[in-house]
Amino acid sequence: MPKRLDIKKILVIGSGPIVIGQAAEFDYAGTQACQALKEEGYEVILVNSNPATIMTDTSIADKVFIEPLTVPFVSRIIRQERPDGLLATLGGQTGLNLAVELSESGILEECSVELLGTTLTSIQQAEDRELFRTLMNELNEPVPKSEIIRSYEEAVAFTAEVGYPVIIRPAFTLGGTGGGIAGNEEELKEIVTSGLLASPVHQVLLEKSIAGFKEIEYEVMRDSNDTSIVVCNMENIDPVGIHTGDSIVVAPSQTLSDRDYQLLRNASLKIIRALKIEGGCNVQLALDPDSSSYYIIEVNPRVSRSSALASKATGYPIAKIAAKIAVGYTLDEIKNPVTGSTYASFEPALDYIVTKIPRWPFDKFEGANRKLGTQMKATGEVMAIGRNLEESLLKAVRSLETKCYHLEISNPKQTREELFPVLATADDERLYHIAQALRIGMTVREIWEITKIDVFFLEKIKGIIDLEQKVLNNVGDLGLLRAAKEKGFSDVWLSKAWNMAEKDLYDLRSEKNIKPVYKMVDTCAAEFDSETPYYYGTYAEENESLRTEKESVLVLGSGPIRIGQGIEFDYATVHTVWAIKEAGYEAIIINNNPETVSTDFSTSDKLYFEPLTVEDVMHVIDQEKPKGVIVQFGGQTAINLADALHERGVAILGTSLDNMDRAEDRDRFEQAMKELNIPQPDGETAFSVKEAQVIAERIGYPVLVRPSYVLGGRAMEIVYKEKELLQYMENAVRVNPEHPVLIDRYLEGKEVEVDAISDGKDVFIPGIMEHIERAGVHSGDSIAVYPPQRLTPEQKEKIIERTISMARGLGIVGLLNIQFVLHGEEVYVLEVNPRSSRTVPFLSKITGIPMANLATKVILGTSLSKLGYPTGYAPEKQEVFVKVPVFSFAKLRRVDTYLSPEMKSTGEVMGRDNTLQKALYKGLVASGMKIPTYGSVLFTVADKDKPEALRLMKRFYEIGYTIMATEGTAKYLEEQKIPVTVVHKIGSRERNLLDIIRQGEAQFVVNTLTKGKMPARDGFRIRRESSENGVVCLTSLDTAEALLEVLESLTFTARQMPAFEKDRVLV
Amino acid sequence: MKRILILEDGTEFHGEGFGSAEEKDGEVVFNTGMTGYQEILSDPSYCGQIVTLTYPLIGNYGVNRQDFESISPAIHGLIVNEACALPSHYQSLGTLDELLKAKNIPGLMEIDTRKLTRLIRKHGTLRGKIVSADSDTSAIVEEFKNAPLRTDHVQSVSTRTPYHLPNTGRRVVVVDYGAKSGILRELSQRSCDVIVVPYNTRAEEIILLNPDGILLSNGPGNPKDVPEALGMINTILEEEIPLFGICLGHQLFALAMGANTEKLKFGHRGSNHPVKDLQTGKIALTAQNHGYTVSPETLEGTELELTHIAVNDGTVEGLGHKVKPAFSVQYHPEASPGPMDANPLFEKFMNMMETAKEEGKEKCLNA
Repeated sequence: MPKRLDIKKILVIGSGPIVIGQAAEFDYAGTQACQALKEEGYEVILVNSNPATIMTDTSIADKVFIEPLTVPFVSRIIRQERPDGLLATLGGQTGLNLAVELSESGILEECSVELLGTTLTSIQQAEDRELFRTLMNELNEPVPKSEIIRSYEEAVAFTAEVGYPVIIRPAFTLGGTGGGIAGNEEELKEIVTSGLLASPVHQVLLEKSIAGFKEIEYEVMRDSNDTSIVVCNMENIDPVGIHTGDSIVVAPSQTLSDRDYQLLRNASLKIIRALKIEGGCNVQLALDPDSSSYYIIEVNPRVSRSSALASKATGYPIAKIAAKIAVGYTLDEIKNPVTGSTYASFEPALDYIVTKIPRWPFDKFEGANRKLGTQMKATGEVMAIGRNLEESLLKAVRSLETKCYHLEISNPKQTREELFPVLATADDERLYHIAQALRIGMTVREIWEITKIDVFFLEKIKGIIDLEQKVLNNVGDLGLLRAAKEKGFSDVWLSKAWNMAEKDLYDLRSEKNIKPVYKMVDTCAAEFDSETPYYYGTYAEENESLRTEKESVLVLGSGPIRIGQGIEFDYATVHTVWAIKEAGYEAIIINNNPETVSTDFSTSDKLYFEPLTVEDVMHVIDQEKPKGVIVQFGGQTAINLADALHERGVAILGTSLDNMDRAEDRDRFEQAMKELNIPQPDGETAFSVKEAQVIAERIGYPVLVRPSYVLGGRAMEIVYKEKELLQYMENAVRVNPEHPVLIDRYLEGKEVEVDAISDGKDVFIPGIMEHIERAGVHSGDSIAVYPPQRLTPEQKEKIIERTISMARGLGIVGLLNIQFVLHGEEVYVLEVNPRSSRTVPFLSKITGIPMANLATKVILGTSLSKLGYPTGYAPEKQEVFVKVPVFSFAKLRRVDTYLSPEMKSTGEVMGRDNTLQKALYKGLVASGMKIPTYGSVLFTVADKDKPEALRLMKRFYEIGYTIMATEGTAKYLEEQKIPVTVVHKIGSRERNLLDIIRQGEAQFVVNTLTKGKMPARDGFRIRRESSENGVVCLTSLDTAEALLEVLESLTFTARQMPAFEKDRVLV
Repeated sequence: MKRILILEDGTEFHGEGFGSAEEKDGEVVFNTGMTGYQEILSDPSYCGQIVTLTYPLIGNYGVNRQDFESISPAIHGLIVNEACALPSHYQSLGTLDELLKAKNIPGLMEIDTRKLTRLIRKHGTLRGKIVSADSDTSAIVEEFKNAPLRTDHVQSVSTRTPYHLPNTGRRVVVVDYGAKSGILRELSQRSCDVIVVPYNTRAEEIILLNPDGILLSNGPGNPKDVPEALGMINTILEEEIPLFGICLGHQLFALAMGANTEKLKFGHRGSNHPVKDLQTGKIALTAQNHGYTVSPETLEGTELELTHIAVNDGTVEGLGHKVKPAFSVQYHPEASPGPMDANPLFEKFMNMMETAKEEGKEKCLNA
């Protein structure tokens, strides 16, 4: 069927903020879908609350709304825009859930909006466990014995019947939130209770565990003509039991015979036909390693993380094709965009192996529980392509940027006794433990018995370890060097093994012509001629990537999504690529994140899907000989490579390396600021505990302390007295001359953030953002407000002036980001980042100034004045915009949720309206907060915060909120004549604080940090309990106040009338 | 053991030999299936060919006893990027290397198979030979120039004598041009009483077996090398016996009806070929393995009707007889290996035999 002509306007729902379980893959899917629909001539209306995405760029849809993804707000847009159709299957679980809610609310019917693609009935049939099981029974497709339960008692009864272990999966949640595997009653109680709470419908699926089965996924597509195809199948190296988002996955499957493959293919296609899916769908299956018996695990009736991976792994653009199917096309009518000559109704044939490894946030969250299970914990992932499994795996390992360049971690376990437990319980480092176990002589069979990882994969790892030994024993053997490179060994490891400089090894290889060639990802294993500029490197004979006559510029991407380096950097990367093309160059990109828009082969002129390490980047540079490399937009990943590239004679475009260093090196920066006469908080470097004490004493408490060698606020703390300082020095860091500790005066005050573009002469400032939370909370975790609401004109003037002077003084060419703190009358500079920042997409969108584009043009040599942006501050907008951080704490057990200098958020949303309060309301709602206009608020605050908290409590009381507090605080409140409900402390036999939180009696918890991060502390338990029970817990009084302002604007006061002033009446 | 693949255009690929050490030549073709290597290498349709598998890891799940498509594989060589030495599968009985040694098939690995595939795509199918590293390669290229292509592939893989697979259902005579076991399996699963006869069996002999249906099997090479088949097919059709042609059987059916065949540049070989049913508009993903195809323009004036086409290149994939109970497909409904989307064609054949039987009865009664 050709496309439908009865619909003209289509509303597309995005997936909202990045959280664990729902990340950049939906930006990729949504962007593709919008582009596909526009290409077909439809008017596309997009709604998404996430400003950091490419999809919310005004160029992607005809109209873009960055609004909360809730029924009231989206209904408003529907009423205003009157779309004919709604496409919700590309916005992840969020989009799907919202579509269900919209339909149930009646708005779709009221405004005659048709749900396009897969129908609601099909979605429900796939998502609702009970309906799904019924369908599977009808189809005669096996599912593991399971039961929907609604209470803990039912769980106990079920388990008594089927026995442990059982898998717990809450219904309708992202990335398996609240799920897990229970091996005994204690675990059962914990997981079932939190699972019931996590599920919006209070349903949990209990399932007999089939741990140890092979976990296989099929990415399938179907159109209205019932044509059904498999785009790709994938095999999890980790057997069933670990969430697929947390599993190491290879594509295509490696250990399935054709019979196995077709068995599962038939089952998958039978299911999507029965579900009448129109679009993409993901089917997860478990296959017995010892027979042909299998089970269906689950079906996702929409594009997913796996479909993004499958798209990048095969070249087949699932989201784009799904969008076309939704408007009526059939697969045999759609051209395969990769070959340009064949059609979308075929199944891609791969002639390489793809490996995906998740990127976990445990480097940030040291306290977190690293055990992997059915609840996803990874924030992102990397993908690598190779012509053998070892190459693919090792390329993926070094793409992770966890300082691992091989199957080797810095402090490996040494004995079988140490290795046994870590092999048995899977954590993020199991791959390295397996390698180590083989190194110390454990056999493949032993490891298989413990892990149940297929022997095929274990033998491949064994092969790597054996080769390792040969390389170590035969220094200089070129045949072995070639063999090792063919198997994906990195120069970092090899040069260490042969005790030579990495660069010397690279030169040796170049001389001996041991260099990779580039092969094309073409969906068809070279059967048809293709023109896709999508390449991967491998050691083989024929190079397919041809250098063109056009001068090129290379952009380094930002790698996997992680805390501190999110989708914002992909946004900037994509814009750079577009700007380079506009400027008339060939834009070449290297990146390894399969979820992103930047790795869509239609984004750049040439895509190299490769690790972002010096060696891999240099190979591409040798191949392409670009004019230069742009590193400003790929976050720290790209910046970290700049030095080594520069050393090898590569031109770094934009701000010079020396100037970058002046901004990033503490001493040189201090020097520069002195020269420019810009004040900084007093600070010094301490090389010993004693020195730290002296310095802190001199500059005065509170002080901000952090190790000098880590970035991104890790292990950074504010300490208020000497005792705390000593504690920090002893516990958090091991100070020594090589690893000094930086001690800065902590200036309490308003934090302000500025992004600017500089060509070295002119400096243009698109906007200034004011943070709601005072300095001390990481800027990525703060609520940012544009335009600033509470700055005096003088302060603003100073900020603008200093920004310009710093940009010039530091010789910035391109973007820069500056954090200021306002303390007293002075504007201090906290730090300067000579690169694109997290706020670039937010500011670009609200001001309409294409910041990354301008910066790229400047980097390529055009002056700002020529571009029409001379020195100065852009006129401020009338409306108010806020950026609100979003956290994924519910998925990360044992992580403390308090806001600190260390960044913890995974994503962000935007709120926009005419007043600050309205904008904040939208921002908070969009971030997932429920804001009831009455209820209770529980205060547990540190003594030092009490006076300030009192003002807030008073205001909460005045709008009708009940105040709850523990005894000490309660007494204090009573003295101030504020009624308070006393709650018992943790540990009290009576119903205590934690019970109140568990039972949802407090709508908000305000908890400020006392000291110490030990989990035993009460504050930690309060915060975790809140997070696990979905209660909003505010750890900064500033956030609490912002919320209060919103509440105040939503409610009316209830104050008694003043008494007659009898005494003053004169008789 | 270092070995070389030498092609007729003089290109050399240096790799590591495995399997048999014998030196054999043949047409070099590629198959894009990612699984099913055991079925591919034992498929008699590849008789005399050297097969390159585009998927780089081959042999991962070993070799088992149920995935053979013939007892004696007839390929002249197997080329892979990497042959798995340590396979893992509960059904595995050995490695690829062991199988190739046992069946006397030369193997070549550790070459850039994608380069070879692209070469074949650009230049069309080439003749080649896997030889030892110290061979005089220019002499071999010379040999290629002088030696004519073999035309006796079907004869070499067809059964020499008829044999019976007794069962309780419809009697089907399978004319063996190099039939895959998968076809016999599909018929047996439907309780067909199968008699397999040699490629050159005359129609009269077949009719004497009182078949309910005739299946013309797949097989290797050029259909024009099997002229014996054409007369037989026409006689069978005159007798109104239902007929089903697969692959080479399809091409022979077309030739018998007066259409023509031609050679494709590099053929269709793989498990991902979409085929469109022109009557229903439905798409099936099919397993294919053929180097020749029916020329569509030659269908005009015959009693054939075009029923299926390839979505990718529009070539003829299925034919039906306008009057007689006969149809054929270019692809493999028995799959093995590959998707089973086209499996219902066997049902169609069963129904055709059913209908013919009913009609036959009626005719008898009316007479």
